[in-house]
Amino acid sequence: MLDKTGIAKRIAKEVQDGYYVNLGIGIPTLVANYVREDIEVEFQSENGVLGMGPFPFEGEEDADVINAGKQTITTLPGASFFDSATSFSMIRGQHVDLTILGAMEVAENGDIANWKIPGRMVKGMGGAMDLVASAENIIVAMMHTNKRGESKLLKKCSLPLTGVGCVKKIVTNLAVLEVTEKGFKLLERAPGVSVEDIQNATEGELIVEGNVPEMII
Amino acid sequence: MISKKVNSVSEATEGIGDDMTFMFGGFGLSGIPENAISALVKSGVKGLTCISNNAGVDDFGLGLLLHQRQIKKMISSYVGENDEFERQMLSGELDVELIPQGTLAERCRAAQAGFPAFYTPAGYGTEVAEGKETREFDGKMYVLENAFKADYGFVKAWKGDEAGNLIFKGTARNFNPNMCGAAKITVAEVEELVPVGTLDPNQIHIPGIFVQRIFQGEKYEKRIEQRTVRTKNE
Repeated sequence: MLDKTGIAKRIAKEVQDGYYVNLGIGIPTLVANYVREDIEVEFQSENGVLGMGPFPFEGEEDADVINAGKQTITTLPGASFFDSATSFSMIRGQHVDLTILGAMEVAENGDIANWKIPGRMVKGMGGAMDLVASAENIIVAMMHTNKRGESKLLKKCSLPLTGVGCVKKIVTNLAVLEVTEKGFKLLERAPGVSVEDIQNATEGELIVEGNVPEMII
Repeated sequence: MISKKVNSVSEATEGIGDDMTFMFGGFGLSGIPENAISALVKSGVKGLTCISNNAGVDDFGLGLLLHQRQIKKMISSYVGENDEFERQMLSGELDVELIPQGTLAERCRAAQAGFPAFYTPAGYGTEVAEGKETREFDGKMYVLENAFKADYGFVKAWKGDEAGNLIFKGTARNFNPNMCGAAKITVAEVEELVPVGTLDPNQIHIPGIFVQRIFQGEKYEKRIEQRTVRTKNE
């Protein structure tokens, strides 16, 4: 089974040379730390920066340079700042190659819910609805089950949706899955996790074809 | 040169009243019009509809207006990090309209640019699209969203001149340029108000035509919401 860092490391392998990538808050933010060093990638943050670098050294924080998680950041050579409308032109206009975000629930048809639990938690969708409605290439990073042990990969989302039929790939602590017309196709197992373990943690339709390889991290 | 300069924040906020709709630039606490917000708190105007990506934190930014119950309705994309906000929303004292962040930005830009509405894919098939017109273009579904209408837009820039020309800094730019000229009156506050002719016309982000009033803020706290650092040996 993977921890959050493991999920980030596995997703980092999906990032290819020349990609512009938008990382959501939480596990997705960690992905930046594990991208191969021999490729050129630029990270976009929807509050208005392309070419995000690591966190600043202590004493060098700048209130005017933050990411979408409101964390202080730095920029790399070649970076640019822009306004919010331009930022979402990059996103809706499909200029961003890969979007990695977290989710509360994903359904077997690719629906995603991650912004609201009615009556309990209403923080808002931020840029998530724009991202999932527009991106061609969306990877969800999340734990396979919630804190109560219930599956987050469902036949149908129970929470208010963020987007419909948009998720293509999911990387969890247990598996890598692809959303297909027939359901969640199991591509890889996390180290030490059996197909049965994954089946037990998946409420939606799980498609297992042949020998499912263990993921290499 | 047409001068937009006003001498104080009270002159800049002249004409504000109860039940008006205001826009506020800023993302989190970065690039918020701190001085205008302070003046609005002091003025006691109430029943406000506020368009702002976020709602500040409990003791800073729009949280100050919320604390005094001056806001009737918030139109935002993300409102975490604010306990008083959550309390007022869940108890029904505060009306909240949550909309996608890109839609929020574009509704500002549409108002600025003279478009009454636009189609966006964001929110299609979700509760955000409920009651709105939808339409298919090239096999994909889109939602019709209207331009905002607001009485005042309060924005914050890094530098500006008497003509109202603005230059922003870093990610403090965010919604500020999109809100300029999107309300009936745009009030810009700047960290540094320089004499006309000082700013290079090539470097202006927002031309003064979009700004009605400009003033230099008395002070800027520029609070950091999530201070994240690394140590030298990392």
